[in-house]
Amino acid sequence: MFGIYLKRELGRRKKAALVIALGLALGIALVITVNSVSAGMTQAQDKVLKSLYGLGTDMTVTKTRSAPTSGSSGRPNFQFDASSNGSDKTQSSDRVMTQGGQALASSVVTKVAQQKGVASAVGALTLNVTKVDGSFTQGKAQSSGGNSGNSGSGGQGGPGGSGSGGNSTAAPQVQGGGANFDVNSYSVAGVDVGDQTLGPLAGSKITTGRTFTAAQSNAKVAVVSKSYAKENSLKVGKTLTISGTKYTVIGIATPDSSESTTDVYLPLKQAQTLADAKNKVTTIYVKASDSKQIDAVKSAIQKNISGTTVTTSADLAETVSGSLSTASNLATSVGKWLSIAVLAAAFLVSALLTSSAVSRRVREFGTLKALGWPSRRVTRQVVGESVVNGLLGGALGIGLGLAAAYAVTAISPKLTAQLGNTGGGGGMGGGPGGGGPGGQASQNTMEIALSAPVSMTTIALAVGLAVAGGLIAGAMGGWRASRMRPADALRSVS
Amino acid sequence: MYRLTGVTKRYTRGKETVEALRGVDLTIEDGDQLVIQGPTGGGKSTLLQMIGGLDRPTEGSVELDGVDLARIGEARLTRLRAEKIGIIFQSFNLIPTLTAQENVETALVPLGVRPAERRERAAEALRSVGLGERLTHAPSELSGGQQQRVAIARALVKKPKVLLADEPTGNLDESMRDEIMALLEGLWHEYGLTFIMVTHDSSIARRAPRLATIKAGRITLTEQQPQSYAPH
Repeated sequence: MFGIYLKRELGRRKKAALVIALGLALGIALVITVNSVSAGMTQAQDKVLKSLYGLGTDMTVTKTRSAPTSGSSGRPNFQFDASSNGSDKTQSSDRVMTQGGQALASSVVTKVAQQKGVASAVGALTLNVTKVDGSFTQGKAQSSGGNSGNSGSGGQGGPGGSGSGGNSTAAPQVQGGGANFDVNSYSVAGVDVGDQTLGPLAGSKITTGRTFTAAQSNAKVAVVSKSYAKENSLKVGKTLTISGTKYTVIGIATPDSSESTTDVYLPLKQAQTLADAKNKVTTIYVKASDSKQIDAVKSAIQKNISGTTVTTSADLAETVSGSLSTASNLATSVGKWLSIAVLAAAFLVSALLTSSAVSRRVREFGTLKALGWPSRRVTRQVVGESVVNGLLGGALGIGLGLAAAYAVTAISPKLTAQLGNTGGGGGMGGGPGGGGPGGQASQNTMEIALSAPVSMTTIALAVGLAVAGGLIAGAMGGWRASRMRPADALRSVS
Repeated sequence: MYRLTGVTKRYTRGKETVEALRGVDLTIEDGDQLVIQGPTGGGKSTLLQMIGGLDRPTEGSVELDGVDLARIGEARLTRLRAEKIGIIFQSFNLIPTLTAQENVETALVPLGVRPAERRERAAEALRSVGLGERLTHAPSELSGGQQQRVAIARALVKKPKVLLADEPTGNLDESMRDEIMALLEGLWHEYGLTFIMVTHDSSIARRAPRLATIKAGRITLTEQQPQSYAPH
């Protein structure tokens, strides 16, 4: 009787049932969408972080940033001679700087590897190479008034230099001169060829050629990123010149995510030689033996090895800004509260509609009570109808939510993520390719396509909410029904 | 047997207190037929509610076979209604979404009768009131007289000791009224029920063997010569 009565009653009140179901469906769909978009945001952030870390890295260790010493600005310095004979001969100068100008001794890698909870640790040296090439011509001084005099040599750097010499009362004027040069900046990572499962190359696949062998620890070979190779027409077998040293390209690396910013990979020793940073590394990549112990490992390293900054994924996530961060904040704050508000409104509306439906059925429930139906049986009937209504709303909401999540994934809106150290520390901004030249705060901008994956947990949450919505509405209606007296059945017709 | 002693019922509406029944004393023997008549608002439906255990008196006692319905707990009173008292309403009070057979079955649900037996007994009850061909009809597909027959089948399917009827012909035309009254009279005889009916209809009241008239909450009993509805 329970099932038949329930089915017929819901069939009779199709419109009201649909309104309740739609209200719940809207709330549940919002919860699913917000949850899946949030999951998508987390995935996007993970993707960004992995692009810096490489796969398998739980944290990085960098040198704690210190103030530059006097006389060392930390900025790149280029020196060019202006040709005095009018020659426009091209001059070139490479400046190789370590990432952030801060480096750790290679021995620290061993110390880190010995810490409790560390599965493995690999050092890498990240460099920024700024190449400036072009021609520089000297300005020529001309005196007015016909007085002869030695033409002064113009100040270096062309116009604006004042001449010297000559006794002419009229000041000579410098004319002509100038500079025409290109600036090309790219990032280089020195890789520990002995263990490439961690470190800058771990997040990339070698799609052409091969990677370094253990025997190439100091060989003049390079692996270049696919985008850099394309940009500079590099192929396996060709040579690449950095600061006067030629390297043979042995492989092309394609990053697992498009966000990797390292252009050239060299054996660690070669990178150290280039930067004049023997036995130095900028970043130590650490894998913990238990992913749940990351915080403990971080504390141990910071406590036992002074002058280091340990950055975990969680720390790095806090430095993410840009539209990804904004959208993530929106999803977790506004989205969460919006779905709670809609859900609460849906629960309230369904409770009120159920209660109102019970009020319209006074005679019906009064009659059943007069026939000897106990209050609990009448209540069970009302709650049952309500829960089924809630489940219908849940099914509809899951459908709507899945459609919305699918639409988000199909559209894949592009979000930008800006990663940078938040100042004061050589944080994860010190990842490969992550920094600008010199000691300036580093920042990367990456573009991420947003997806909205729906997990089984989210579906289970939706079903739970649907049942909860039905129970809340049913409880309110059932409470009213249980309070009705059988005499109401007679009184309503008297 | 019913024994009502000093039954008083007061309703409070705001600051006003209305006394619907004022010290009613009444005895109804098993198998008796009693018709309650009186003006609107006189208290007849209230008296029926007290007798049916649908409401409790403010003062006095309503004993059915020695059990005071005014004093027993709600669960026991509900159980007693389910087992011993069949009720027919003026507006039939059928569940609109259920078929005739399912409506009759609702009276057996609180007794814990198994579904198969419930269906069989409901069908039998409907056949006994001449609706054997209408088992699967919804109330909206039946005439007023047929709906009241379904309500009668629902009241009798559990084989109650007492049958209460609140204006059972109030919504029917004259010919249908006589038909229903003849059916009720026949069932009263057949089942040996205690039959208590409230009516406005003087022609029905005149035919009852015992007439209780209620005015302003006070009862007057009259014994009279019964007249049958059975066709001559």
